[in-house]
This record gives sequence, C-alpha cells and structure tokens, in this order.
Amino acid sequence: MAQSNRRASGGRIDRNRPVRFQFNGKSYEGYEGDTLASALLANGVRVTARSFKYHRPRGIVGHGPEEPATLVELDGEDASGNRPATTVPLRDGLSARSVNCWPSPDFDVSGINQLFARFIPAGFYYKTFKWPNWHLFEPTIRKAAGLAAAPAQPPSSGHFEARHAHADVLIAGAGPAGLQAALEAGRAGKRVFIADEGTEAGGSLLNRNLTINGQPAMDWVADAVQELRGMGNVTHLQNATVWAYREHNLLIVNEREPEQGSVLERSWRVRAGEVVIATGATERAMVFADNDRPGVMLASSVQAYVNRWGVAPGQRVVLFTNNNSVYAVAADLVAAGVTVEAILDSRDTVPQEALDTAQGITVHTGTVAAGVKGHKRLRAVHAVSAKSGADTWIDCDLLGHSGGWNPTVHLWSQSRSPLRFDEDLSAFVPDAAAQACRAIGAAAGDLTLDRIVQGGLDLPYAIEPLWRVDVPGQRGKAFLDLQNDVSVSDVQLALREGYDNVEHVKRYTTGGMGIDQGKTGNINIIGTVAMQKGVPLQDVGTTTFRSPYTPVSFGAIGGLREESVLFPYRHTPVTQWNKDNGAVMYEAGARWRRPGYFPKPGEGLQEAVNRECLAVREGVGVYDGSPLGTFELKGRDVPRFLDFLYSNVMSSLKPGDGRYGLMLSDDGLILDDGVAFRLDEHRWMVSTSTGHADAVNQHMEKLLQTEFPDWQVMITTVTSQWNNATICGPRARDVMQALGTDIDLSPEAFPFMSFRDGTVAGIPARVVRVSFTGELSFEVNVAPRHMAELWAKVMEAGAPFGILPVGSESSHVLRVEKGFLSLGHEVDGTVDAYDLSMGWVMSKKKPDYLGKRSVALRREGGSTRRELVGILPGDPNRQVPEGAPLTLGGRKEATEGLVTACVWSVVNERWVGLALLENGHARHGETAHVRLKDGVIPITIAKPVFHDPDGKLLRS
Amino acid sequence: MMLIPCPFCGKRNESEFIFGGPVVAARPDPNAVSDAEWVEYLTIAPNPLGPVQEKWWHARGCGEWLTIWRDTRTHDIVEAPNGSE
Ligand SMILES: [Zn+2]
Repeated sequence: MAQSNRRASGGRIDRNRPVRFQFNGKSYEGYEGDTLASALLANGVRVTARSFKYHRPRGIVGHGPEEPATLVELDGEDASGNRPATTVPLRDGLSARSVNCWPSPDFDVSGINQLFARFIPAGFYYKTFKWPNWHLFEPTIRKAAGLAAAPAQPPSSGHFEARHAHADVLIAGAGPAGLQAALEAGRAGKRVFIADEGTEAGGSLLNRNLTINGQPAMDWVADAVQELRGMGNVTHLQNATVWAYREHNLLIVNEREPEQGSVLERSWRVRAGEVVIATGATERAMVFADNDRPGVMLASSVQAYVNRWGVAPGQRVVLFTNNNSVYAVAADLVAAGVTVEAILDSRDTVPQEALDTAQGITVHTGTVAAGVKGHKRLRAVHAVSAKSGADTWIDCDLLGHSGGWNPTVHLWSQSRSPLRFDEDLSAFVPDAAAQACRAIGAAAGDLTLDRIVQGGLDLPYAIEPLWRVDVPGQRGKAFLDLQNDVSVSDVQLALREGYDNVEHVKRYTTGGMGIDQGKTGNINIIGTVAMQKGVPLQDVGTTTFRSPYTPVSFGAIGGLREESVLFPYRHTPVTQWNKDNGAVMYEAGARWRRPGYFPKPGEGLQEAVNRECLAVREGVGVYDGSPLGTFELKGRDVPRFLDFLYSNVMSSLKPGDGRYGLMLSDDGLILDDGVAFRLDEHRWMVSTSTGHADAVNQHMEKLLQTEFPDWQVMITTVTSQWNNATICGPRARDVMQALGTDIDLSPEAFPFMSFRDGTVAGIPARVVRVSFTGELSFEVNVAPRHMAELWAKVMEAGAPFGILPVGSESSHVLRVEKGFLSLGHEVDGTVDAYDLSMGWVMSKKKPDYLGKRSVALRREGGSTRRELVGILPGDPNRQVPEGAPLTLGGRKEATEGLVTACVWSVVNERWVGLALLENGHARHGETAHVRLKDGVIPITIAKPVFHDPDGKLLRS
Repeated sequence: MMLIPCPFCGKRNESEFIFGGPVVAARPDPNAVSDAEWVEYLTIAPNPLGPVQEKWWHARGCGEWLTIWRDTRTHDIVEAPNGSE
C-alpha cells in the first residue's frame, strides 16, 4: 500500500509535490521534503540494509548523519557510494540501492555468514591478514564484506567549486543556539558566517514540538532566518557541513547543491576570528541483545519522523530509556495518534516532571529491554526488572531507545580543545578552549531549550548512565557499533587479549571506524571498557576525533584544482609555430610544454630524431632554448657570492666572458650546473637548468637573506624576459651571416664562452657562445615580443643550409654523444665532480665554498665510487634501456652500477651510452655486463665522449 | 593551514610560503672545525617538542625569508622564548 505509514497530516513535507523514486529496483512514492529514509519508512519498508560482517538484516536507526545501519549507493547522475539514507534528500527519479546485500536485503545469500560469526572475532583482520598469506584472503573478504564501489564516471555536468571567506565569527550549526548567536553577532555588526548541515535551519526544533514564548518554536526559527537574511554582514548557508577545524581557526565547509545551476558542491575555506560551535547533541544507543533488529530505532529519530516528516514508523511503540528525553517523545507520539505500549526506564525513580509529561502511559521503572522477538519485523520486547529479574514480553512493532545524549564535540576536539567527563550528564563535554572558539547550546551540555533561548519551554534533562544491559539470561549479540558489527563480546575479547587502551580497542575491534564514526555507539564502547576495568570513564577517555565530521566527496575537496588549473603549462612564443609544423609536444621539465621531435608524414620517432641530429652534426639546426632558467644578479658583492655559490672561481671573469660551473649544496651534492656571464663590473647573468630554476632561485635568496644579509646582491628572475633561438652546427656561422648582424662573428673576435650585444636580423639581441650540443653554436637572445619574428627569420635564412628545428629528443642524443651531463640522469644525488671526471671544477684556490668540505670529507673515506663512463653495447644494434643494472659478470648479484642513457649515435652509427660504474675510470676498455630479464648484454667500457673528444668543434 | 606573519605583508596563508627548515647554528668556518663538528652542523637540526625557530620563504608573496617561533605541539606561532631573538 502506498505510504501506509504516512500520517494524515503534519510534517514539513509538501504533499502537493509527490516524488517517484526507486529503491533496490522497486518503485515508491514520497514527497518533496522527504529524505530517502523518511520515504522508505512512510512506505513501510522495514529491512533496508544488511550488516557489514554478519549480513544481519537492518533497518533505519537514526534520522541524520549519525545513521549507522542503512548505507545506500546512488545510481545515475547522483552516482555516489555509502550515503546514509537519512541524509539523502528525496528527489524525482532518485535510484538507490543498499550496500552489502546482493540481490536484495530481504533475500541475502551471505546471510549464511551469521552461522560463521564465531570465526570473525575482534582482531580478525590482524590475525588473518598476516604476511605472507594475507593476499590469499583479501579478495574473498572484500567481495563478501565490502562497502559500495566508487562511481565509475564523474557527474556528466556541473562542477565543484572552492571559495575562501573570512569572518569575525563562524558559527557551526543553525539550531536554536547557533541562530541566537548569529543574531547577536549580526546585530553587533560583526561579519558572521553561519553554516548548518541540514536542508533547513532549526536543528532539533525541526524534530520536536516546542514553544518559545507560547508560540511554536519553528516560528521563532523562521523569524531568526528572516532577520539574518536582511543583514548584509551575515552569510547563512544550509545544506553545508562544517567538517574540519584546522589550526589557526581555519574551517572547511562543504556546501551541497548551493544553487540551481552548474555547481554541484562548494568547498569553503573560512578563516574566522572566533568560532562558535553550536553543533547540538547526538542521541546514543542502548546496548542490549539484538538491539540491531529492524524496528529498533533511536527514540529521538522516531520523534523526528513523526513530527518533521509526518511518518509513523510503527503503530505500537515501546520506549526504553535511562533519561528524561524519551518522555517528550512519548507525548509527541500520543499526540500523533500512535500507541505507546510502555516506557521501560532503567532508573528506579523517575523525576515527576517526566512522568507528568507522559501521563496515561505505563512506565516500568528499574526495567530494561533485554532482547527482542522478530527477525525482519519486530514483534515483542523482553522487559526485565533489573532488581527482581521478573520478566515479561511486550508486543510491539517498534522499539525506540535512548541511552542519553552526547554533546556533538567533533569540531571542538578537532580544534585540539580538551574534553572532560561530566558526571551529571554522563557525557564528555567541552573543557577549556585551545583556540579562539567556544561551544554553546547542546554542544556545551545545555541539552534543553529553556537553557538556550529565553522563553523556551522544555522538559528538564536528567540521566542515570547505563552503558550496557547486563541482566542474566540475555541471549544474542548486543551491538556497540552497528556499522562495523562490533558487539560487547568483541570488546571483551580485545580486553582479554591485552588491548585495553581505548585507541587500541578501536583499531583491534574496528569499533567506531565506520562512515558514521561511531556517533551513536563510541560512548558505549568507552563505557564497556570502563565497566570491565572498573575505572571511571574520564580515565578511559575518548578516541581522537578527526576530520571529516561526516564524509566529503573527493570532488568537493579537489574543487577546480585539477592539474591544468593548478599547474598551467608554460609556453614559449614558438609554440604555435611548433604545432603548425607537426611537432609532437610534451612536458619537458618545470611544466614547460616543448616540442619532442618534428616527424615528417609517415616518419617515426627514431627516423625524425636521426634526421634532426644529422642536421646539427653536418649542417645546421635550431632549437628554442627559452625555458632555460635565467637570473640577473646586480651589486658589488656578486663576485664573492658566485665564488661561494659555484665550486669554481667566477670572480676572475672579465666583462663579456662566461664560464661553466657546478653549484653544490653544503653537504656536497650537485645541485645544478649552468653558466655565469659577467655583463659588466656589477652585473652578471646566471643560467640554470630548466627544471631547477625555481630551486636555484630559492637557494640563492635563502643564502643572501639568511647567511649574508649585508652583502649587496640583488637577484632578478629574467627567464621570461629573454627568449632564445640557438643556432647550432658547422653551418651556424653561415646562417648568422645570412640573418645579418653587426656583431663580428669570427672566433677571434667572438670566442667560445663569451657574449656580444648587437642586432641580429635587425632585432636587438644578446648573442651568447655556449654549446649544449658540442657544435659551433650561437644562442640568440631577444625580447619575447621579437621571438616569433626571429624564429621565422632564422628558418628563412637557414633554409639554403637545410636548417631543421630540433626537439628535446634530439637535444638528448646530442648531449649524450658529447658526454654532457644531465641532472636526473648522470647526476643523481650520489655523484660528485670527481666521479664525473670534473675535478677541475672543484677550486683548490678558494678556501671555502658550498660543498667543498663535505666533498673532501666524503672522499677521504676512500670508499668505492660509482664513476661516469661511456658504454658501447657489444651488439652495436642493441639498445640498452635507461636505468638497466650493471652486475658483476652479469650474475645475479648486487649491482655495480647502472646505465644512465643510451642513444643511437648518428656520428658512430651505433648505440652508445653513459653509465655510472664502480671504479669506472680505471676500467676503460674492459667489458661489463647489463643484466636484463631476457638475458645478459656485454658492453665495452669507454671514455664518456663519442664525438669530437677535444672540443674543437664547439670552439670553432 | 597556518597563518604566518610576514613582516611586510601581515598574516598570510601557509600556502604562500615555502618551508626553509629550522634555524640552525651559524655556519662554522669549515677549515676551523673537526670532521665531527662539521658533520654535526650539517646533520643535526633542532626538533623539539615545543617552540622551535623556523625559516619560511614568502615565495608567493614579497619574497622575504623570515623566521617564526612555532610550537610543534600545537602549530601556534609563539613569542620567542626568553633569551632568544
Ligand atoms: Zn611577505
């Protein structure tokens, strides 16, 4: 029957707007304003889930984020997993499935697991999943006891968004306390940010029938919301959970469906002057045998369904309590026409005001529920007198229970503020604040409306703790954590096995580790431990409350900060030309998008690279060297700064000249290699490798600001102020002449490692003679606005000489043929200059520079070093993969080195490579062995240079 | 995410800064210390449970290298202990 449990009237639902939805393949109807849970209850769906470990049938237990039992997976556009049914707003076309139960919760093959329950005790995972055999069990267990799968596809439309905000006061929670605080702060002119997890403001008032100054409390809420809306200094969000409280009062808020349109969720990062925690309180469960059966619900949730959603989850209700709040529930049920069969109160005496509230209802004092009848549908409750043991079965179809109330202290604890155990409330409450925050209302232990809002009328709260029902003859599992199927016996086992710290109990039993994070049950675990050990709860303490308070989607956390937005690519002005000319583009260090190679139609990588390399070796090529890190250093102390920074002497350079050098860190590692040029007396230009530009900048600034604050050196990053086309090859000078320049290009007037300012093809340029290919090279530096023009002119002037553009692949081949270093290949953080046969770069003259002492110290140790060598595979047509290990004789032994690069040499017409090899310098001419999966490759060890060993060409 | 006080820019989000490690003893003259002293200088950094002086670089701000005292237990930025700067 459609919505058989829906009351004839009442509730904050829109009965004029029916909504169709699917649950486990069946079609149902609910109303706008329902949650999936309230709609299922309205339709009389009792079994809504199966439990995680034992696959016991479960129903709906709560009404909000505390729901431990019914998790669903949403399909289609809403695709998401593990959502508590109580927090899923109902909308037309919604399709949901319970997790953990194929093919349906009513018929579950895995229910047979219950028979094996004794084989899945506390610590099961630790006892079972042990090396070396854990991987044998894991797939089976995952299949049998998994939660929902991640959605296969992201939402087809809409996006996630991130926003930052600042507030004088951030208020978490828009219940009576939060609204009151917002009104006060807002009226005082403060910037207020108030966020509440519910779709509607009001907090607990939504679920209850209370009055303020004689008027319905929800009228007061509506007035408050109205007033806040009129304040320009107040931001009020609903459906927005404050889920993390970080250091220095940074809070993260997840706002769902913030507006009609394209935003799915919005993540707010709010820095607040003061934080007001008005998160209310959460009802806790009673612990007794079979307390997980469908039809056993939190009493406050029964009340919420009746009042807020107009749903009677049962017709004949028994209530079980240790505190006063249940009496107000009873009154609301009676008012709604629901029969309350009895109230079982574990207390021997019940305060008169509570009894007055529930007049006409049978109250059994000193009585507990010790079990239930009914597997999938509740039939009766076993009421047992704690003193006399006298018992009776009370027929009913719903049991509402309340173990008392816990202030919702998650955010409070996340702020590092401590808790104390309050004996009167039998609950942990906020103690002194560790950050600029305060808790108010129920979150601070003021559990009734009269203590929060003036004129509010409420039943005073009183409780006598009952951590678990402990009467003889109880049979069946008494659950502490419904979601992870942790029962009292599991905690007792953990204690017997020596895990008696509450953090250990949690991990060993997995109690409190579910998606609900034990919001209804953790306190009972603490209580059980305390009872067992005979100590006060304060001494047991709580486990650590960590963010998130409730689950947050990855999309919300990531927001728009996906890769291309967070780390945009860097381009040079030649990018468009590269694309137009068929370049294969990819990232080549530091997010620079560069051409890899320029294949002709039908050509593969190797053919294209060979063609480009031959052009450079025999004719001329040009590459775009713009991404090279470039810094201008000014000031009278630059010479001594560079002498400290580089391992060789830079201060002796004359204006116009440059020098290659190594930068070391003070512990002797090679940080970077590069070139320094002296522009004039007090101006220098330093270039670094592309990938290390930012790190070198940081290194230099740190030294100057923290070690030598009185040195006069100013650093300006000019990487983006200079672009360059590097013309290289034996015909490079011809191309320069064809371009037309006022610079004398003769080797005598313009030698290697110097620069000249002038014009090239009519463009103001700084031409530098460096070489990263081993050939005659002119690096023509121009302002970026001239780069595209220069590039076009170079291609035009070079055409008669067969000029080709050169990509990063060819640059790599050319540098390996010459044995030039590449950081990250040959320089890996273990080698020093001597290993690279570059001892000359380590100045003997300078008494001190970064790394000098450490390199000397390490070499004094006399340990075996891995040294740079060239390698020639025995089979000239066999490539050796980069990173391949070299082992002694090719045997299965510890490596004595590795291959750092291997390329097809166009000048040698064979594969050549570089390697780091133990004692490599003394082993030239010998044979070493590369050990690979498919065999052992002999290689000949050689000098690490395969082209122009004397460097005549680059100086020509 | 911490709020770090920059002497030029005021309190700014930690994401604008790059961590530069704890403040260590001044770099000794490497020619005037023993091997052990040199290795100690390079490898032993303060790591107290409590206030520690740290270097931070306002890289995505004004470019200043600055120091703060941070309590490692709480992330609170604290006053320099008596007797230190
Ligand atoms: Zn700054």
